[in-house]
Amino acid sequence: MYKLKWKEKVCATCPSADCLLKCQYMSFSGHDEAHGEMMKVCRGEDSRVLHECATCYACEEYCTRGNHPFYLISERREEKGLFTAPRPITNQWINMTQMQGKYMVGPIKDKALSCCYIPDLGILGQGEIFKDVASAVAFGAEFMCPAVHTHFARMSVITERLPKVIDNFAKLGVKEVICLHDECYGTFTAIADAYGIEVPFKPVYYMDFVLDRMKELKDRIKPLNIKVAYQRPCSNRLIPDKFPLVYEILDLIGVEIPDREYQGENCLCCGEIIRSVSGYKLADDVQERNLNDMIAAGASHCVFNCPACQSSLSEKVVKKGLKPIHIIDLCKIAIGEKEREVL
Amino acid sequence: MSDILKSLIEIVGERGVSNAPEEIWYYSRDPGVLTPRKPDYVVAPKTTEQVQKIVQLACREKIPVVPMGNGMSLTGLVIPLKGGIVLDMKRMNQILEVNSKARYAVLEGGTSQGVLKAHLQEHYPHLRHSLPDAPPATTIAANVALHGQGRLTNQYGFNSDMVTGMEIVLPTGEVCKIGSPSLGPYWFSKGPTLPDLSGLFLGWLGTTGIITKVGLKLFPNKKIRDVELFVTDRVELIPDILYKLTHLEMLEDINVWFQPKPLMFLGNFHVTIYFTGDTDEEIAFKRKMVWDTLQEFIDAKDGGFMAVQYMKGMLLEMPQRAIADFADVPKGGGFEYSGPITIVEHFPQYAAKVVELAKKYDVLYASSARMISGGLCMMFSISFAFNRNDPAMMTRVKHALDEATAFALDMGGIPWKPNFMEQKMTMQKMEPGALKLMQMIKKNLDPQGIMNPGNWEVNS
Amino acid sequence: MTQLRNIEHAEIVHRCFRCGYCKFPEDYIDFNCPSYKAFGWDTYSPGGRMWLIRAWLNDEIKTSERFAEILYSCVACDNCKNQCVFPKFKDFLPEIFQEAKAELVGEGKIPPGVRDYFKAIATNGNPYKLPQSERGKWAEGTGLQKYAGQDYLFYVGCVGSYDEVGQKMARSVGRVLLGAGLSLGISGSEEICDGNEVRILGEMGLFAKLAGDNIEKFKAQGVKKIVTLDPHALNVFKKDYPGLGGNFQVFHFTEILARLIKEKKISLGPYAAKITYHDPCYLGRHNQIYGPPRDILKAIDGVELVEMHRNALNAFCCGGGGGNFFTDILGTGEDSAGRVRVLEALETGARIIAVACPSCAKMLSDAVKMENLEDKLEVLGIAEIIERAAKK
Repeated sequence: MYKLKWKEKVCATCPSADCLLKCQYMSFSGHDEAHGEMMKVCRGEDSRVLHECATCYACEEYCTRGNHPFYLISERREEKGLFTAPRPITNQWINMTQMQGKYMVGPIKDKALSCCYIPDLGILGQGEIFKDVASAVAFGAEFMCPAVHTHFARMSVITERLPKVIDNFAKLGVKEVICLHDECYGTFTAIADAYGIEVPFKPVYYMDFVLDRMKELKDRIKPLNIKVAYQRPCSNRLIPDKFPLVYEILDLIGVEIPDREYQGENCLCCGEIIRSVSGYKLADDVQERNLNDMIAAGASHCVFNCPACQSSLSEKVVKKGLKPIHIIDLCKIAIGEKEREVL
Repeated sequence: MSDILKSLIEIVGERGVSNAPEEIWYYSRDPGVLTPRKPDYVVAPKTTEQVQKIVQLACREKIPVVPMGNGMSLTGLVIPLKGGIVLDMKRMNQILEVNSKARYAVLEGGTSQGVLKAHLQEHYPHLRHSLPDAPPATTIAANVALHGQGRLTNQYGFNSDMVTGMEIVLPTGEVCKIGSPSLGPYWFSKGPTLPDLSGLFLGWLGTTGIITKVGLKLFPNKKIRDVELFVTDRVELIPDILYKLTHLEMLEDINVWFQPKPLMFLGNFHVTIYFTGDTDEEIAFKRKMVWDTLQEFIDAKDGGFMAVQYMKGMLLEMPQRAIADFADVPKGGGFEYSGPITIVEHFPQYAAKVVELAKKYDVLYASSARMISGGLCMMFSISFAFNRNDPAMMTRVKHALDEATAFALDMGGIPWKPNFMEQKMTMQKMEPGALKLMQMIKKNLDPQGIMNPGNWEVNS
Repeated sequence: MTQLRNIEHAEIVHRCFRCGYCKFPEDYIDFNCPSYKAFGWDTYSPGGRMWLIRAWLNDEIKTSERFAEILYSCVACDNCKNQCVFPKFKDFLPEIFQEAKAELVGEGKIPPGVRDYFKAIATNGNPYKLPQSERGKWAEGTGLQKYAGQDYLFYVGCVGSYDEVGQKMARSVGRVLLGAGLSLGISGSEEICDGNEVRILGEMGLFAKLAGDNIEKFKAQGVKKIVTLDPHALNVFKKDYPGLGGNFQVFHFTEILARLIKEKKISLGPYAAKITYHDPCYLGRHNQIYGPPRDILKAIDGVELVEMHRNALNAFCCGGGGGNFFTDILGTGEDSAGRVRVLEALETGARIIAVACPSCAKMLSDAVKMENLEDKLEVLGIAEIIERAAKK
């Protein structure tokens, strides 16, 4: 069984306690309290963190000492039966993402285009940008990153399913898996590494792929000249080194991201999981603050990376007078593949 | 050519009557599991006068007459159990009047649900009717004749409660108006303050007369409809959850459903909660009330609200196409359900029965309950899909449904749109005084016994 | 004696629930199945037809004139396919109806109108029983030349070649395309029937012959691109010819015209008119071409384009599809499709019904006369409207 690689000493000697001090959903009086609570978690004692954490993944990014505070919190919650969401919701996610042999695999050689278990990704992953890999699709529960279960403190589901998912890709004989879902890349790199699960192929982050392709298609790019806000997904906290790609891609297609309060390390959750885990009041508050911040920054569009964020926020985004759009679609518009009118 | 055929052609013209093998075959069955029975003629009238003449002829010749809408009761209510004439009413499909200020519509007896919905949407966007989730081809008159329910049943009762007047062709061929239209041009009351004669026809499944016109209440159509989906895995909590929700007195519709497939639905009971409003504020307020009222179940981790975004389109659709879709889950184009009306407290027992029956008869189930009149009672559907090419499976479904109805009667429930066998079971259990009154009514209204015979046969 | 029948999709015919969604458009405003609307029996609806086919395959009903009428009253408009609620199964509805007709053809028990149609095509090459030599007559005076390696072959089809209303439409399309400098030619007296209706009516042998002859001819002439007058021809060229080895780039004339207008190769003056556009089934539902005809009309200064309640995916057929244009099984009663459709057009307040198919042009023109609406409604081909707006 795979176990979380956790170094208690690293935590014990932490001078910052940033993991909790920077948390946007819990507040602490200072280093001592935050550090003290985290040490309780380390030791397997009860802590208010185990009751209050909203599962935003951010502490994985805030910890710069190579430990995994969020996975640990989730492990401890599971050990103690302190589940985050109501039982029927948690079970629904587990049932819904069960492997049932209903997957789709295209003609795959050494590269696969992973659409996780999200149908929208199949549409995004088509066209000129993906022309060489679009047919090599892998889609279905069999290829889905199980990271979502961290939200529900069901780490055992991850350690059970992730090796199977990796094995399913390995059986396709691929050397590279281009991950259209941010979370898949985070799972195959950060989570797999934290649990010592070997990944026998090279996970490729789709934004790396898109950036390269857009550079190749440079001649076709017509700058979009719009100002946008970017909705950074929780899973991006697992792979903070990939965050700057958003700026590079948007810069290439003439899209400006004005500074705003809730971006980068300070970004806010899309609210969907928070609704299940912490209730609608916090979720509504988070969404409201986030969207108002986008408007205050002068954005006309809300750009998404994760289709789940897009699905949960789009209706509200539109009501606020912003236009929701996925970053891949923006690129498709920039090269004239999609009608500019949709902007 | 027989004299009867000739007479029918004289009444409705050649294109209004058929005894061709094709129509005879088709109109001898419905999409459910009951055995077909051939009619002698299929007749499609266009006017009340034609209906009168047909019934007069039938009365004279003692031929059964079975009025039919789209024939989607699934319980064989339009199968001509004793032959005779099937009266396809769908060519009488005019919307005769919409009184926008009084909020009612007057429709011909074969007007379909879909056409009224579209008509209101186009010409009276501020009005709606209580649309059932049956396919849009089903007719309004048939729906009220069998006490159907619809989207507004939680708020306003059975769709038959929404009738505001009727024109009936009696089994003798005479025509009469019921309620306020019997006294003047307005169709605002089916009974009060007069003796409520509508009860002589509503629920009688076409055995006491033919509805040629029906007045129907319309309701405000709010600008926004929205939906939340609450799930729990503890069936015993459902009555409490529903009690709290109905206490809010502000919900459009509440359905509770459970099914084993697809897997994401396994093990949970889903409460679909619909609400409406004219502004975002109204919607936000109602949503907050809904969330707050169920907070205790969330705190206990026994229930929670699902992310509903990706299912919204399907849930908000009216009628819901996905309901008919259940018919094809075993790739066989059929399902049938027993839909007893029962008190809400019995939900857990009924839910257990569905699963038990599905297992016993090896059939696929889906179940959905709809709140009626703010929790006074509910329609609990025990629904089994079947493959039409698999007679053995169809027989198993039939047995499972028979058992479901027996169970419902034992539990003090009332079968909804019962087939002729279920009607018999019901009458056997009925208090003798009530049965006798039914006998008296039927005997007086239909002395020849020609109206949809085989159904509500109280005299046998 | 039990007749053994089979059709390719016999295994799934039982999956129809006969729920009736197929009778309607998306919003249920009225019945959208022309044969159900005209006959009023459930047996003439897609669900009824499906259940009867099952009964017939199981020998519960026999082949009869009425059964044949029920099958052949289907106008192949594809509305049912789009409205059926059963995923996957729905895609096969038109095929099942077509296969049943083909089986009837095999039994030799088809309505006289259908038999006459096949016979005329087989003998004369066209349903009008007119000489092949007259097939290109319509083009006289248009300046259109015989195809000899031009960029496009302009394929006109039987209705455009022989029917008066169709010819008028063909001439205007030819003139406008030529005027815009498009390089195109016609086959004239050598044109062969495209076979779309023959196929849908179930005469697969005759269809194979027509398609084979056309493909051979097009190839021999070096045809690469075809522009069709008739959406029915467009459909069969696009959907069925490739499987028989005929791979051509096929366009409907409205697609080409829309492009030429966008490229400013057709100059348009003002033309003040309130116009409604009727979607041909084979252009719209069958081939999802909804935009170009509307773009053309919108490009004309002064044209007010008003939509009928049922339009695009939900458009109500003119009644001429599925061979009914020739066989007239739907008839001309007050609930016949053409008459219902022109009344729907009238409701919009438009003075002109713009059409993009010669069959629709003819069906709706006849219906306008039958409803005595000649002083209120004019049926005009899209190119004829362009000509009216052309800068003098």
